[in-house]
Amino acid sequence: MTTAVFSLRRRALLVYGGFGVLAIAAQLFAPLIGSTSISLTRALDGTVPFAANIDAQIFFIARLPRTLAAGLVGASLASAGVMLQALLRNPLAEPFTLGVSAGSSLGAMLAMLVAPPILVLGVSAVPLATFAGAVGAVSIVYGLASARHRGFSTDVLLLTGVTLNAFFSAVILFLQYHADPSETVRTLRWLMGDLDVSGYGPIVVALPLIAAAFVIFLWLPRGLNLLTLGSDSAAARGIDVVRVQRLAFFSASVATGAAVSLAGPIGFVGIVVPHVVRLLVGSDHRLVLPGAALFGAAFLVGCDVVARTIMAPLELPVGIITAVIGGPFFLWLLFRRA
Amino acid sequence: MLQATGVSFSYRETLVVSDVSVRVGPGRVLGILGPNGAGKSTLLKLLAGILRPTAGVITLDGAPLASYSRRSLARRLAVVPQETHPAFDFSVLELALMGRYPHLDAFELEGMEDVALARAALETTGTAHLEGRAFATLSGGEKQRVVIASALAQLGNRESGIRNRGFELLLLDEPTSSLDLHYQLEIAALLVRLNRERGTTLVVTTHDLSFAASVCQELVLLRDARVLGHGPTEEVLTADNVRALYGVEVDVQYHAAAGHLTVVPLALNRP
Repeated sequence: MTTAVFSLRRRALLVYGGFGVLAIAAQLFAPLIGSTSISLTRALDGTVPFAANIDAQIFFIARLPRTLAAGLVGASLASAGVMLQALLRNPLAEPFTLGVSAGSSLGAMLAMLVAPPILVLGVSAVPLATFAGAVGAVSIVYGLASARHRGFSTDVLLLTGVTLNAFFSAVILFLQYHADPSETVRTLRWLMGDLDVSGYGPIVVALPLIAAAFVIFLWLPRGLNLLTLGSDSAAARGIDVVRVQRLAFFSASVATGAAVSLAGPIGFVGIVVPHVVRLLVGSDHRLVLPGAALFGAAFLVGCDVVARTIMAPLELPVGIITAVIGGPFFLWLLFRRA
Repeated sequence: MLQATGVSFSYRETLVVSDVSVRVGPGRVLGILGPNGAGKSTLLKLLAGILRPTAGVITLDGAPLASYSRRSLARRLAVVPQETHPAFDFSVLELALMGRYPHLDAFELEGMEDVALARAALETTGTAHLEGRAFATLSGGEKQRVVIASALAQLGNRESGIRNRGFELLLLDEPTSSLDLHYQLEIAALLVRLNRERGTTLVVTTHDLSFAASVCQELVLLRDARVLGHGPTEEVLTADNVRALYGVEVDVQYHAAAGHLTVVPLALNRP
């Protein structure tokens, strides 16, 4: 027992490799599935010119942007969920707990219902307003959480976020109440989450933000492990607690804001994927965070395939599928353990 | 020498520690006694560098705590909180390995030496057989010993295995407060052994006067945020001081079989 080999490096390679293969496989195979079935070998066949290669055109133009968006959004929401659960020391936290999604939804509603349909630098106003809403919500929550305390109070953070969520949701309902029914349907669809990005443009806009958040994520797993012991224990082990908390809060918020701008507030990924990964690999954030990012990407890509094929030609909102597939799967894992 | 000089600390407007001067030399065991709310835990956090004093200065080997980097301080001084409740479930070995974090570079993972040091620390605290268990499933006494092991792993140094540059300090906040008699004695024996065999310098806050008498060579008495007395245990642990601290009449006697002072409460002191 005590002589058992404990090698974190080997476990890390196994986790990154396993989930990495899963994420890449999802990216390669998901675009093959759809109303027209295509072949991966023909799509990736470089000897046929692109203009003549129907499979490649469907793969790269019609389907890959959507799959990539699903991957990015899944990875962002799942890792933001891990960050917030560790930051708030609360397994029920998720990326939308601190009001980021309600703020961004309010931004999107205002852009759809109040503002004229304009394009800013070739991008629709909705994603921009969405991100602006996220920034607004984050600023309010952070300002209040750090105002009344030396440092940073995660309790105030949590309460402020929950209150802000309720407040913004009320404003959103008010806006919808006054909008005409066709507009209301459009906003409702947005709130269910939609990965139909129609091209690489929105991905290119969101990518730098998500990439910046992930660069910060790289520095945090050890600090997150210590934060789960409590802030005094973490400080006594040589980390700057407030700095780690701030970085976790802002990077998770940026990733969430970018993901919501790209695809709307897709629920369930951010709370269930972190727990699934923990059940499989344990609690060490050096394994959980990358594992959740990769598994979140694969999971949302898979859910999106189901969403657009199960009732084809009708496309279901992917937010319904994440909960319908993710819920029972998570319960099964939970009870298999117990 | 870890030394606090004229140290004060206030939360908002309330003075929690007021003009406190204490010191503990290498290889000594200092106990911090006082009633609830006297500022014991706050003083411990100040001495650990977790809180910064609002007035006064705390030095380690003559240099202010603030002049040490967080990591270099953590390699010499470890803290055992009253209770540890991880928000997520770590194994015993993982928890012990968290003590190694101040020794790792930015993206370095724990290597064989770190695992060996963590296992040696678990061995020292008699918890090696638990290494694969989930921390949350342990009893209170086992948890406390695993957290102490994590602190010892934190103080260990890869080159020499045990000893650091300078003396190592372990600060414990009421280590026995939630334990039954058996575990209380076990922790007391462990602390005495760490002090004698490794030369670990200990600072311990406690409510348990017999525990203090059996483990601590020196005591500092805190009441209403101030120092009431500071000195060798035999001189400071007197009936008068205990009455002043807790408002209780006690009999303090040397117990030959126990080998230390014992304190028997007699009655509430009603002025």
